[in-house]
Amino acid sequence: MGEPAQVPERVPLFQVRGVTKVYAMGQVEVHALRGVDLELYPGELIVLLGPSGSGKSTLLNILGGLDTATSGEVRYRDWDLTHASERRLTEYRRHHVGFVFQFYNLIPSLTARENVAAVTEITRHPMRPEDALTLVGLGARLDHFPAQLSGGEQQRVAIARAIAKNPAVLLCDEPTGALDSATGITVLEALERVNRELGATTALITHNADIAAMADRVVRLADGEIAEVRVNPHKKSPREISW
Amino acid sequence: MRALDRKLLRDLWGMRGMVLAIALVLVGGIATFVMSLSTYDSLIFTQERYYREHRFAQVFAGVKRAPESLVERVRALPGIDKAEGRVVAAANVQLPGFTDPVIATLVSLPESGEPLLNRLYLRQGRLPEPGRADEAVLSDTFAEAHGLTLGDRVPVVLNGRKRALTIVGIGLSPEYIYQLPPGGLFPDYERYAVLWMGRRPLAAAYDLEGAFNDLVITLESGSSPLAVIDALDLLLAPYGSHGAYTRDDQLSHRFLTEELRGLETMAAVFPTIFLGVAAFLLNVVVTRLISTQREQIAILKAFGYSNAEVGWHFVKLVLVIVALGLALGIAVGVWMGRGMSGLYAEFYRFPFLIYRLEPWVIALAALVSTAAGLAGTLLAVGRAAGLPPAEGMRPETPPLYRATLIERLGLQRWLAQPSRMIARHIERRPLKALLTVLGIASACGIVVVSNFQRDAIGYMIDVQYRVSQREDLMLSFVEPTSQRALYSITALPGVRYAEGFRAVPVRLSAGHRSYRTQIQGLEPEGELYRLIDTELRRIELPPGGVVLTDYLAELLGVGVGDRLVAEVLEGSRPLLEIPVVGLARQYMGVGAYMERRALNRLMGEGPALSGAFLALDPEQEKAVYAALKEMPRVAGTVSKSTAIESFNRTMEETILFFTLITALLGGIIAFGVVYNSARIALSERGRELASLRVLGFSHGEIAYILLGELALLTLAALPLGFLFGRALGWFLATQFESDLYRIALVVAPDTYAFAAAVVLASALISATILWFRLKRLDLVAVLKTRE
Ligand SMILES: Nc1ncnc2c1ncn2[C@@H]1O[C@H](COP(=O)(O)OP(=O)(O)OP(=O)(O)O)[C@@H](O)[C@H]1O
Ligand SMILES: [Mg+2]
Repeated sequence: MGEPAQVPERVPLFQVRGVTKVYAMGQVEVHALRGVDLELYPGELIVLLGPSGSGKSTLLNILGGLDTATSGEVRYRDWDLTHASERRLTEYRRHHVGFVFQFYNLIPSLTARENVAAVTEITRHPMRPEDALTLVGLGARLDHFPAQLSGGEQQRVAIARAIAKNPAVLLCDEPTGALDSATGITVLEALERVNRELGATTALITHNADIAAMADRVVRLADGEIAEVRVNPHKKSPREISW
Repeated sequence: MRALDRKLLRDLWGMRGMVLAIALVLVGGIATFVMSLSTYDSLIFTQERYYREHRFAQVFAGVKRAPESLVERVRALPGIDKAEGRVVAAANVQLPGFTDPVIATLVSLPESGEPLLNRLYLRQGRLPEPGRADEAVLSDTFAEAHGLTLGDRVPVVLNGRKRALTIVGIGLSPEYIYQLPPGGLFPDYERYAVLWMGRRPLAAAYDLEGAFNDLVITLESGSSPLAVIDALDLLLAPYGSHGAYTRDDQLSHRFLTEELRGLETMAAVFPTIFLGVAAFLLNVVVTRLISTQREQIAILKAFGYSNAEVGWHFVKLVLVIVALGLALGIAVGVWMGRGMSGLYAEFYRFPFLIYRLEPWVIALAALVSTAAGLAGTLLAVGRAAGLPPAEGMRPETPPLYRATLIERLGLQRWLAQPSRMIARHIERRPLKALLTVLGIASACGIVVVSNFQRDAIGYMIDVQYRVSQREDLMLSFVEPTSQRALYSITALPGVRYAEGFRAVPVRLSAGHRSYRTQIQGLEPEGELYRLIDTELRRIELPPGGVVLTDYLAELLGVGVGDRLVAEVLEGSRPLLEIPVVGLARQYMGVGAYMERRALNRLMGEGPALSGAFLALDPEQEKAVYAALKEMPRVAGTVSKSTAIESFNRTMEETILFFTLITALLGGIIAFGVVYNSARIALSERGRELASLRVLGFSHGEIAYILLGELALLTLAALPLGFLFGRALGWFLATQFESDLYRIALVVAPDTYAFAAAVVLASALISATILWFRLKRLDLVAVLKTRE
């Protein structure tokens, strides 16, 4: 799986065709995505860049089955996510996707361990919650509640929660946004390890262009459209990145 | 334990204040439900058992005098199971040291001991020994009222001869559960006694040796009471029969049945209202509770929990709350039901009480509350789960605020910034505000309706005894008496004014419907007894016919212009035909009224009276009693003040106690609702308020924003709650219509004030709790995380 991912004959894992997303806010319509075409290949790691409000989170949410496109088509393997039933989407999220949210979104009344367990309990081949938390360097804070953790620690619980189900797809919305560089690197290493060892197709949103160096491809969004897709021939490991 | 179940327990613990408040609302509803229905069931069941075990008769007949041998012929009539002849007589009791007149009913016991029917339940002592003329069993109510015990001697005037009876037993009988003195409207344990004594001495005293004047009968199962009555009337007519009648017309049974029916109505209506309102509130509260969890619902869905799993999670949460409310409610309901049926059983003088809680009562309570809770949960979860998870997890988009009506009207310069926030918040979420208002209003309405009966009854008593019946004393003659007797009574010192009346016991019938009552012959311009309708207008008595209470007219299916058949149940028992010439709406009782002279004419008699209403000089009341006691023609007297007193006591002990309890439970519901509304408002707006604190608002200012809104909504809810309470009162009044009374739709200002006080006190307590909560608002937590 270590080979370059852009080999054309490979079958894409995701196929995004002409996807738009319009939010109706009273009288105003916000066009968050205006016709996005994109393929994601199995095992590749892409980084999404773009200014604030350019539609990165919206695209990721649609890929993760958290939201549906206004028009266009999203295919995952042979599933049509745009027209999938509620039950199909649930199954997709439950067994295939690991999600790291921009705003952590932990369950406040559950400890770190239980927040992870809430996910591993319903999926097919999970890690142990303790292992997942150890992986992100939180082995010592298993029984802390979100309110007792720093922002960065909460973010790492969120990442442990996402990788603990051994997902086929890992979607991360600014996973290092709140972290100092040393912790950020630990987190990125964990993500890269899951990407490499489990072959999870990984999409990662960041405002940090340096992080793009670890990607197979870098996608730049601007104003709801794909402005640029750049293949990164010299993938660096997180340890080699600094910011 | 699964992580999600752990979340459940912690969430429940975290919201324990709210959980408890919601459970309380339910406790109020369910406790009322269980209490009322179990009390009613227990009393009915106890009554049935008492009747059965003590062989309460089914058909009754009074005659002037019939030979004992006639009993055999009665037994031979088709459809009759058992028949027993007795002597029943009225007498005066003269207790030393008690000046008020005391009337007693004397009932004979067979010389062989236990009667065949209407057996006594002896609390103490024994039956009189055969042949002992001076032994008697005394009713326990009278014994208790005067502190009489076994061995005491009671002086009784038997047919003009004074004799002292020794109490050898204290007992009660299914025949005299509800003990109305002759002519009285309410039980009066001090002035009315029942005495059971040997047949031979009693018969001897009333010249009824070898004869009976009262007949009690049970029927073979399946036989028609009406056919039996017809046969009896035919057989007994030559012996001065007053007409046979069934249990339905037996005094004690009839009043007991009416009261129990009233209780049944109460047991049906109150809990329905309470449970209904509690269910509605549960629904509202749960809906809002779940709405505050919308983000967590989205997170769970994002992880791949299905809608059903998420729904089930919250259903469990609500089920725990409902279960808590149910368990507490049933426990409280059973506890109060036991207490209340015990009180009623004592009030009605049942010798024992069998407490019964039918399983369906619990099942229904569980079903209704669970359904209400679930409906609220599923609605809210459904709404939250309907959103795509991405939407749900985003902090709710800052809502689109508009300039409020107040601002559009240009009134804003009167409002400071925090007040504008209150106004905008309410205007932006009108539905939520409306639900809060409705919740508080229905809680308020419950408290109003709980006290409504007290007001209505108070008003009716006032109408009856201060506007309509203004006499101090009513006396009845042993038998219809010439008008001249009135002169000697008016001449008594202390009697200021006397007004005669004629009352003729009749069975009125029209077609196949009939009703046993009296035709009251009244003085047309009477001052002491003024016949008035619900509008407090004097009811005119046109000469040629009878005026009926509208409720009675409805029972008989007649209207003005129709003709009634009146079968007179005294004297020569003529059969009369009388036209209905008017209808009147009245609160208390039902009656048939005529001008006194017209009634005399109809009866083919001179100016005869059955009794008189007297106005007394209060100073000389005792002297008048003493003088009347010496007049052999006077059978008994009923004093108005004691009538009101005993009525009030009756009410105090039954209905009003019940309403006291329901008012208490209503108050609990009110508190639960108000507190919940406040708590939920806090959890919905906690972040916003914390942010304001961070921006430099003071504790007082944010408290004003939150509590000001609550105060505004509470005040808005009060008038609505009054209306709602009045509507419930109206509903209750329609449910209570019976021939004993129709409830007036009167709500006293006190009641509104009380309901408002309960709601405001609940609001004040809730506000105080919130005030302290706001003080502890965790600003750091707000800054650190985005929910
Ligand atoms: N629920 C919503 N309702 C209305 N508009 C929305 C909604 N969610 C997003 N938008 C709008 O859609 C556009 C894209 O939003 P999105 O969250 O995808 O941006 P982003 O690229 O992730 O930005 P950031 O880097 O700040 O997270 C923005 O203009 C945003 O205001
Ligand atoms: Mg974003």
